Amino acid sequence: MSDIIRLTAAQTAARIAAGELTAVEVTEAHLARIEAVDEKVHAFLHVDREGALAQARAVDAKRAAGEPLGPLAGVPLAMKDIFTTEGVPTTVGSRILEGWIPPYDATVTKKLKAADVVIIGKTNMDEFAMGSSTENSAYGPTGNPWDLTRVPGGSGGGSAAALASYQAPLALGTDTGGSIRQPAAVTATVGVKPTYGGVSRYGMVAFSSSLDQGGPCARTVLDAALLHEVIAGHDPMDSTSIDAPVPPVVEAARSGDVTGLRVGVVKEFGGEGYQPGVVQRFNESVELLRGLGAEIVELSCPSFTYALAAYYLISPSECSSNLARFDAMRYGLRVGDDGTRSAEEVTALTREAGFGPEVKRRIILGTYALSSGYYDAYYGSAQKVRTLITRDFERAFERVDVIVSPTTPTTAFPIGERADDPMAMYLADLCTIPTNLAGNAAMSLPCGLAPEDGLPVGLQIIAPALRDDRLYRVGAAVEAAFVAKWGHPLLEEAPQL
Amino acid sequence: MPGITREEVAHLGRLARLELSGEELDHFAQQLDDIIGAVARVSEVAGEDVPPTSHPLPLTNVMRPDTVRPSLTPDQALSGAPAQEQQRFKVPQILGEES
Repeated sequence: MSDIIRLTAAQTAARIAAGELTAVEVTEAHLARIEAVDEKVHAFLHVDREGALAQARAVDAKRAAGEPLGPLAGVPLAMKDIFTTEGVPTTVGSRILEGWIPPYDATVTKKLKAADVVIIGKTNMDEFAMGSSTENSAYGPTGNPWDLTRVPGGSGGGSAAALASYQAPLALGTDTGGSIRQPAAVTATVGVKPTYGGVSRYGMVAFSSSLDQGGPCARTVLDAALLHEVIAGHDPMDSTSIDAPVPPVVEAARSGDVTGLRVGVVKEFGGEGYQPGVVQRFNESVELLRGLGAEIVELSCPSFTYALAAYYLISPSECSSNLARFDAMRYGLRVGDDGTRSAEEVTALTREAGFGPEVKRRIILGTYALSSGYYDAYYGSAQKVRTLITRDFERAFERVDVIVSPTTPTTAFPIGERADDPMAMYLADLCTIPTNLAGNAAMSLPCGLAPEDGLPVGLQIIAPALRDDRLYRVGAAVEAAFVAKWGHPLLEEAPQL
Repeated sequence: MPGITREEVAHLGRLARLELSGEELDHFAQQLDDIIGAVARVSEVAGEDVPPTSHPLPLTNVMRPDTVRPSLTPDQALSGAPAQEQQRFKVPQILGEES
């Protein structure tokens, strides 16, 4: 394996800036890696070989001309196939957008291009970001690089698997109920859900608009912070974008100190359904934080036990509305237009042919939850639970600076194991969902391997809204302590592909 | 809310413009029953005094000056259309024969 692909994003950018490597060399090394292993992993839906090399050549030309390079110039990035990319296919993991080539860039795509990041391809995902395993992709599942017979988490399993198999040092994800953090946890990578509104949603195909949040995926906390700074910030094209300065996340990732920090442990993030090895590694992480000088505070957030139920009413309700735009009229698939059928019939036939089972299930569930007579009992009540969860977080953050929990209750499960049991699948997001409902920020980073199966366990750190910098400060401290203890980053223990 | 019938799922499918197959109707009726059974507990916790939260941010309408600015060309806007004619989206008939 080429040494280039083992470098962190920060190291890669530094070596390009110093003239020790060219952006073209870096891009070619990653393209070669994709060619060698992606048949097994299936992290990518589309590899933009020519586009990536053109971007890399532009970076090298800039350096040759003596122009200043940004902190991630020339670093390859794997982008979840939910962000629009001008001239490059965008499918959202669905047949309904198969072959669609967007005529415009998402704001995030524009920012990455402006920062000279090399977008190397589009990654596999659960269809419309609905799922916890990447098995719901219309283009087939992604394998977990730790064990290709297991899921890489979802819905951003492609992005996490690309990082964990060294096909790209950076990736982009979106997190509606945990789709950045949960794949990070089961692949031993780092994933951050920024504060809601912190990263523009313009050009990010909507699933559940009040929950969806784009964010960085990386192999180290510092790399995630560098990417966070590139993609975050106010966007006038997105009415839900926060008009506030981006928190100093890179500075926080470089300082990494938890002395005197109050760290909350919420008792509702535990109990039945948690794998013993996950609990063991989490408890060790808490002790590690204590050893680093943090004060541990036990908390109760009683409403969290209702978060999963509220989420599985709110997100399908919003999805049933958002996905109405896939009507076979202006873009995407059209089925049954034989001259005898009405537009309404063509729409219904197209949606039947173009959407997979999980998407249909959620559209039907959302339509039910929003229907007259049931609205108050389901959607209305779920919105009230959301208020209670937000209040629980507010009370907790009066007493602590951050909250920690396991990211997922179990390690990666075998492909197919939960495919026909939606409720079992939904449990994978048990610990990540409260944060999406409240809109605050959270990170997952590796905290060890579960002794019973040798698979990665994620530690989740949660911070108040607009205090994303705390995630990086705590994350960097924990990462440094673990790497010192293990003697190397956890990912180096993954099997060779 | 127990007991979602096959007919109710078919009705929801029509509301959502989804032409579901017979097999899907059976499958979804059972699964929706299970899911609704598990999520219905949201109505147990919050009383009348709890205001609903629809969004984590206070939403305000965003306005911009009413000025002409660059946008997609007609060719770009039509580039993903399943069918087009004379720079327009070509759609199946909107009105049925009975109308």
